[in-house]
Amino acid sequence: MFFRNLFGCLLFAIAANASAAEFKVDQKDKQFSVSHLKIKAGDTVNFVNGDPFFHNVFSLSDAKTFDLGSYPQGQGRAITFNNPGVVEVECAIHSQMKLVIEVTK
Amino acid sequence: MYINRYLICRSALTTLLLCWLFSVGTVDAAASKADPYRPAGMAPIPADNTATPARVELGKMLFFDPRLSGSQWISCASCHNPALGWSDGLPTAIGAGMKKLPRATPTILNVAYNTIFMWDGRAASLEDQATGPIKAKAEMDQDMTILVERLNAIPGYGKAFEHAYPGEGITEKTIAKALASYERTIVSTNSPFDRWHAGNKKAVDDSTKRGFELFTGKAKCSVCHEGFNFTDNGFHNIGLKTLKDMAEDVGRFNQRKVKINHGAFKTPTLRDVALTAPYMHNGIYQTLEEVVDHYDRGGDVKDNLDPNMEPLNLTLQEKQDLVAFLKSLTSQPVLVTIPQLPR
Ligand code: HEC
Ligand code: HEC
Ligand SMILES: [Cu+2]
Repeated sequence: MFFRNLFGCLLFAIAANASAAEFKVDQKDKQFSVSHLKIKAGDTVNFVNGDPFFHNVFSLSDAKTFDLGSYPQGQGRAITFNNPGVVEVECAIHSQMKLVIEVTK
Repeated sequence: MYINRYLICRSALTTLLLCWLFSVGTVDAAASKADPYRPAGMAPIPADNTATPARVELGKMLFFDPRLSGSQWISCASCHNPALGWSDGLPTAIGAGMKKLPRATPTILNVAYNTIFMWDGRAASLEDQATGPIKAKAEMDQDMTILVERLNAIPGYGKAFEHAYPGEGITEKTIAKALASYERTIVSTNSPFDRWHAGNKKAVDDSTKRGFELFTGKAKCSVCHEGFNFTDNGFHNIGLKTLKDMAEDVGRFNQRKVKINHGAFKTPTLRDVALTAPYMHNGIYQTLEEVVDHYDRGGDVKDNLDPNMEPLNLTLQEKQDLVAFLKSLTSQPVLVTIPQLPR
């Protein structure tokens, strides 16, 4: 009982603390579903692969450097952007896939 | 007499019409919107370098002119030779001073349809790429200022540049633009595969038809070699061995330092592939049979292998069918005339 309550509290705390939003960006037909995205620092973006082959989302921008690795259709991987700045996101396999994420304070 | 002339005219007309049909056959989009094996339209042309006959003709002269190189002995066509499928028939290219280069010369057939250029994707457009090999020490080893002076001293070029790019002069930029304009005209024509795909059941044999099924099915080739130009314009590490006398080549990783790019190279077109042996960025395979064996093994070096690569367990017959299909992608022969160069 005690643990149940604690667990509930924790969940509540996480949800309340983070006014942070989660965004979803699809990869379909070798394109990101949006080419420009405005988010706030602390927000999370979930990259979901909708194509029947692999993508590998990454960024080498100063504001956020990450490499989500490659994963198949249906799977998604999320990443949180903590610092404000402009993040240029690409796919390592398909260079024509480009997305700019503007992270504001 | 009258009839004779009429006949000649008619056959000339038919030839023209046929030529037109063949070229349209690979370019026309309207009739085949959803057909992935036909181009989705004309290849894009940058707004500041629209194609004109004068530009294409100038670009062709430059392409075949060895005076573009430091030694005045190497032209683009020395390596991208139309008689060898717009490549050079060598495992890896031979450049200035007869030095062996680390990578193979890719065909430039259908480069107009590429969205990124070079084995590692280091060039973003044809205009961007065109003067690279001229300046590269290892390739044509030419100083641009000297080249511009040299071309300016050739009256025929002065006229041709003025005609193609009025008021722009002879510059690195106009040289690049003209070369790119010519390269965009080097496109594949109606292959047996295209004729079969368009409905002519007799254009290819049964082995080829089975090969296509395998290509898009069990062998999963079309995951990477997709669409009419048989490339995803993507980068993949297919697990090739490094040849003994060569340094390791990390490929795309040089351009974008992301793990998956280590040892990844751009997927090449398979149009006219029967004409462009040896194969791969390092020229490791001499025949299409060897290439198919490579994929059947699921690659050799598994360190950073593309996730789409795995052993295929193909039978001997299936391997032969795949090769038959690859051979059906050979264009109808095109007559390439070598231009008289201005002096
Ligand atoms: C010494 C041989 C040599 C010469 C001369 C040469 N090339 Fe190349 N070319 C190559 C090689 C090798 C590559 C691949 C290099 C790489 O990817 O690192 C290449 C790549 C290319 C590509 C990219 C094709 C693709 O699919 O990505 C184009 C376009 C091209 N060359 C055009 C030209 C033009 C135009 C000239 C003349 C100005 C020229 N080349 C001169 C050897 C040569
Ligand atoms: C994972 C993506 C991928 C798959 C799957 C794939 N290829 Fe390739 N293919 C490539 C890449 C990338 C290269 C160039 C590799 C290099 O040189 O490093 C290539 C090169 C080739 C070449 C040599 C072309 C040339 O001009 O040198 C042939 C032929 C070829 N592939 C045929 C096939 C066939 C047949 C299959 C199916 C059995 C297949 N490929 C499956 C990505 C792929
Ligand atoms: Cu991708």
